[in-house]
Amino acid sequence: MALYTETVMDHFMNPRNVGSIENADGIGEVGNAKCGDIMKIYLKIEDNIIKDIKFETFGCGSAIASSSMATEMIKGKTIEEALAVTNKQVVDALGGLPVHKLHCSVLAEEAVKSAIKDYYDKNGIEYDKSLFPEDMGCEGCHMV
Amino acid sequence: MRIIYVDNAATTQTSKKVIDGMLPYMYEQYGNPSSLHSVGQRAKEVLEEARAKVARCLNANPNEIYFTSGGSESDNQAILSAAEIGLKRGKKHIISTKVEHHAVLHTLNKLKKQGFDIQLLDVDKEGFVTPGQVKDAIRDDTCLVTIMYANNEIGTIMPIKEIGAVCREKGVTFHTDAVQAAGHLKIDVQDQNIDMLSLSAHKFHGPKGVGALYVKKGIFLSNLIEGGAQERNRRAGTENIPGIVGLSIALEDATEHLEENNHKMIILRDKLIEGLSQIEHSALNGPHTNRSANNVNFCFEGIEGESLLLLLDAKGICASSGSACTSGSLDPSHVLLAIGRSHEVAHGSLRLSLSESNTEEEIDYIIEQVEQVVCYLRRMSPVWKELLTGERQFML
Repeated sequence: MALYTETVMDHFMNPRNVGSIENADGIGEVGNAKCGDIMKIYLKIEDNIIKDIKFETFGCGSAIASSSMATEMIKGKTIEEALAVTNKQVVDALGGLPVHKLHCSVLAEEAVKSAIKDYYDKNGIEYDKSLFPEDMGCEGCHMV
Repeated sequence: MRIIYVDNAATTQTSKKVIDGMLPYMYEQYGNPSSLHSVGQRAKEVLEEARAKVARCLNANPNEIYFTSGGSESDNQAILSAAEIGLKRGKKHIISTKVEHHAVLHTLNKLKKQGFDIQLLDVDKEGFVTPGQVKDAIRDDTCLVTIMYANNEIGTIMPIKEIGAVCREKGVTFHTDAVQAAGHLKIDVQDQNIDMLSLSAHKFHGPKGVGALYVKKGIFLSNLIEGGAQERNRRAGTENIPGIVGLSIALEDATEHLEENNHKMIILRDKLIEGLSQIEHSALNGPHTNRSANNVNFCFEGIEGESLLLLLDAKGICASSGSACTSGSLDPSHVLLAIGRSHEVAHGSLRLSLSESNTEEEIDYIIEQVEQVVCYLRRMSPVWKELLTGERQFML
C-alpha cells in the first residue's frame, strides 16, 4: 500500500489555493519550524463569507495536502461554517491519513481558526473565546 | 517513467551474478548442512566455501566468520556479547558515538537500562571522532568501544585503524559497524586492529536477510539466538545457504572491483555535490574528504524533506531524507543534529546514495530536478518567505 491515498497525493502534487493575499482580512500561522511544519492561511472576508483563501505551508506531503483540502472546504463558506470544519472532516475528505500524520490535519484546522480569530481581533468583533484553543506548540500537534 | 535509483545506502539491487549463484541452492542443492547424508554434506561444503571466501575478503580466518541475518543482528550480538563478558569482569563502561546506526544506539540504550555506563562521543561538524577522543574516554572499566566505519547518512569515514590501535594498546575490545563500508572500502581486520566487525549483504548487491559478524580468535562471543549447534554453537538456526552463498559472491565481487567502482562513483558524487552546491542556502552534510564514494547529503533551508522526496519520486528519482516525517519520529536525524544542524535545517535534508551503475546523465537530471523542486517548495513555504524578509535568520 502506498503511504498516501490518491486524494492526498492529488492535493499534494496539485495543491489548491497556494499563495498569499495582499491586505488579507485575517492571517493565521500555526506550527513550528522546529517540529517540521508551519501553516499560514490568508483570508479575504466579505459579508461574513470567505471570498478568498490562500495558504503557504512548510511541511511534509500530508501537511501540504491538508492545507490544500482545508482551504477548498471553507472557500465560499460563512465564517460559522468554516469554524465548524474539524480536522476529522479534513482527514475524511482526504480519504484518510497515516496515524502519525494526523497532526497535520489538526494544524490545518488550527490555522483556519487562527486566521478567523485574527479577522475578529482586527475588526473588534466579539466572539466565544472557547472556540479558539490556545496554541499548544510542538506538544499539541504531536499529541494526536 | 525511467527510475533513477539513488538510495543505495538503504539497499542495493541484487546483482545478476549473485542471483545466478544463489539459485542452485534453493532447488537442486537444497540440503541442510547439519544433515549427515550426501545432500546435507554438500550444503556443508558450500557453506564452508562461502565462509572462506568472506574471510579472504576481510583478511580473517574462516573460523572467525559467523553468518547472521544481517547488520542489525551482527551489531546486537557483538555488543551484547562484549557487555556480557564485561559484566563478568566488573566492567560496565562502553564507548561509542552519537552518530551510530540505531542497531547500535538502541542496543546500547538497552544496556544502559541494565546499568551499563554508555558514553557517546561527540563528533565534529563533519561527523568525525578522533582516536584521541577514544583514548581519553577509555577507563579501567571500559569493556567495549563500538564505532562505525562509514556513516550511513553523511558518509563520514572514521579513522578506525587508528581507533583500533588505541583500543589494542589499552586492551579494550573494538567493534566496528561496517555495514556501509563492506564492499565499498578496504577492510583488513588485522591491519586495521579490528576485534569485531558487522556487515550486511544487501548493501553491496547481495541479498537481504543475511549478514556476517567477524570475531577475532580469542574474543568471547555469546549467543543471541539459542537452539542448534550451527555456526560453531554461536548462532542457532538452519543456515540460510542461498543467502550466505549470495553474500560471499557479492562481497568477493565488490572487493575485486572496489577501486574501479569507487573511482567511478567519486566522479559522479563530486559532480552531484558541485551541482547541488549551486542551490542557494544549501549545505553539504558530512566531509569533502574521507567520505564514502557513494554518499551525497544536503540540507536545503526553508523546506521539508518528505515533500522533497515525494516530488522527486514523482520525477522518477528515488532518494532518502533525514526529516522527522520520514523517520516516523518527532525529531529529525540524530546524525544531522550531532553535526550541529538545527532542527529546522535538518528537516530539509536529502540523501542521495549512488551505485556504480549510475551515469553522468542521471546526475545532470538529478541536479536539474532537485533545483526545480527545492525552488517550487520554497515558493509555498512561509519559512522561506520569512527568511527572505529577514524575519528569520538564514543558517545556511
